[in-house]
Amino acid sequence: MGERIIELRDIKKSYGQVYALGGVNLSVDRGEVVGLIGDNGAGKSTLIKILSGVVKPTSGEILVRDNPVAGWSAARSRDAGIETVFQDRALAVQQTIVRNIFMGRELTGFMGWLKVNKEIAEASRLMREIGFTSKVFTPHSIVGQLSGGERQGVAIARAIYKQAELIILDEPTTALSLTETAKVFHFVRQVRASGRSILFIGHNIHHVFDIADRFVVLDRGKVALTADRSEVKSAEDLINFMEDVAHPGGLPGLHEGAEQRA
Amino acid sequence: MSKAMEPDLQTPLGRTSGPAAKEWSHPSNHWLRGFVLDNRASLGTLAVFIVMMAVFIIANPTVFTTWYLYSSVLTTLPVALFVVVPLVFVVTCDEIDLSFPATMGFASWVFALVVQAGYDPFLGIAAALVTGTLLGFLVGSLVVYGGLSSLIATLGMNFLLRGLIQIINEGKSTALTNLADSAAYKIFSSQIWGIPVQIFWAIAFVVFSALLYNRHRFGAQVRVVGDNPDSAKQMGIDVKLVKVKVFVFTGIGAAIAGTFSVMINFTWWPTAGDGYLLPVLASVFVGGTPTWGGIGTVVGGAIGAVTVSFIQTGVVAAGLSGFYVQFFNGLIIILSLLGHKWNQARYR
Repeated sequence: MGERIIELRDIKKSYGQVYALGGVNLSVDRGEVVGLIGDNGAGKSTLIKILSGVVKPTSGEILVRDNPVAGWSAARSRDAGIETVFQDRALAVQQTIVRNIFMGRELTGFMGWLKVNKEIAEASRLMREIGFTSKVFTPHSIVGQLSGGERQGVAIARAIYKQAELIILDEPTTALSLTETAKVFHFVRQVRASGRSILFIGHNIHHVFDIADRFVVLDRGKVALTADRSEVKSAEDLINFMEDVAHPGGLPGLHEGAEQRA
Repeated sequence: MSKAMEPDLQTPLGRTSGPAAKEWSHPSNHWLRGFVLDNRASLGTLAVFIVMMAVFIIANPTVFTTWYLYSSVLTTLPVALFVVVPLVFVVTCDEIDLSFPATMGFASWVFALVVQAGYDPFLGIAAALVTGTLLGFLVGSLVVYGGLSSLIATLGMNFLLRGLIQIINEGKSTALTNLADSAAYKIFSSQIWGIPVQIFWAIAFVVFSALLYNRHRFGAQVRVVGDNPDSAKQMGIDVKLVKVKVFVFTGIGAAIAGTFSVMINFTWWPTAGDGYLLPVLASVFVGGTPTWGGIGTVVGGAIGAVTVSFIQTGVVAAGLSGFYVQFFNGLIIILSLLGHKWNQARYR
């Protein structure tokens, strides 16, 4: 595998007495798609928030390209080339598409005045590149007027603007139509082809299985399994494994039900 | 943008054909329609103002064609504008600042002390600005880093600061008789061609602030923070710092406003600024800035301030007794809010 982009070592996070993460090791290399799966409450969201710098870990080490970093923050994470598309998409819905794409990273010239025309041109280019264009909206459209898929497009456009090394997609296909899901998948493959990495978090294990090179299963704040694509035969294997972890004794009839659900 | 910065991605599904992919089209192709849509809040406020003035002029044409009426409004209006405009930023940030009257009093007190001690009024203005900045920072830090409700905390600070002024001065005012000969007075408080010079400074302040709001990183971050503070934080914006800056801006505006009001009257009163609390707040909301944060309009707020200033003068000049002033104040506020409610959609 190529260069190591980010590595988490023995990351713990507690909220008061409750441990959300109890010592997680996770790394992402250049050009790979890592699928992160786990049940509700497994600690996926906490892990993402730590990677994106929104939440600070209670203990543990974060290494960017094998160098330990101090003072990890959201701004530091973005500087390190990590972009996150949050599950709630983190959009300001009363603002324009342009303002959302350049949120926290405004294109400014002299004394902090905005380069308005440049922002509009860049926003148009980004939205075109990922194929989320339409005759109905413009870079000046208010995000609140857009559909769920179009909003996801804005969030992704924001993430790819600065040649990010690693893009974290938190449940990107939730509540999307089939064509919109296909667009997201296509986008993931393009990013991998361009030599960058993706951490793909999904509820739908079939989606994750289709797209990821490596799987990390999180269970109750710990990594329960790390497996390469070649080691896992099918999505059902992953589902069975997750259920075995969740209910070590096994529950009668659970596997069949899970397969139907998925 | 250099070539190296561009991600070498292809369009998903592998095509770029079709007119939609080439360039986004504006839904409102006519420039006038786009302009009206983009500025509908401030245009609505302007419409309210024009209708109100039309009613006044029809009621008493002779008084409303004399320049004196406008001259007196143009003298006092700038004082309000210097606080209305920063308050648009505060309300956009989803906060409120009720401490600006006391900041006006405090900063202008410092100005009065410096001038009374025989120093140049320019030095007094500088001292007032520093005082306003510090008080804004104090109030902002208390609200933001103390995690207090800005509604209650700034109300408390207003009483506290005003109380300090009253305790030290024991209700005594300060007359500044030597102010009239100074260069600062000529620049900030005299008349040009019969027009009070304050209004030019106020217009410059409004234009600068409107650009700051719409075309500067500060304004962009204020809007995003007010719209969705969680997203702003996730995108690396220091939400707390942006909020503190907004309170500092109000402190600076209040310091200018207080100094201007002292210059008009040549006298500083311990109650300086007190009467501005409710008219200024009303102006912000009459101007079309909604209470929920994220959006607002500086120009609309300024037009709102003009509207509110003309109500009092207009009601009396139109021949009604002074008892009607409050009724018309309330009427204009309610009608404006109803208009904006119909005019603006709230996106979630």
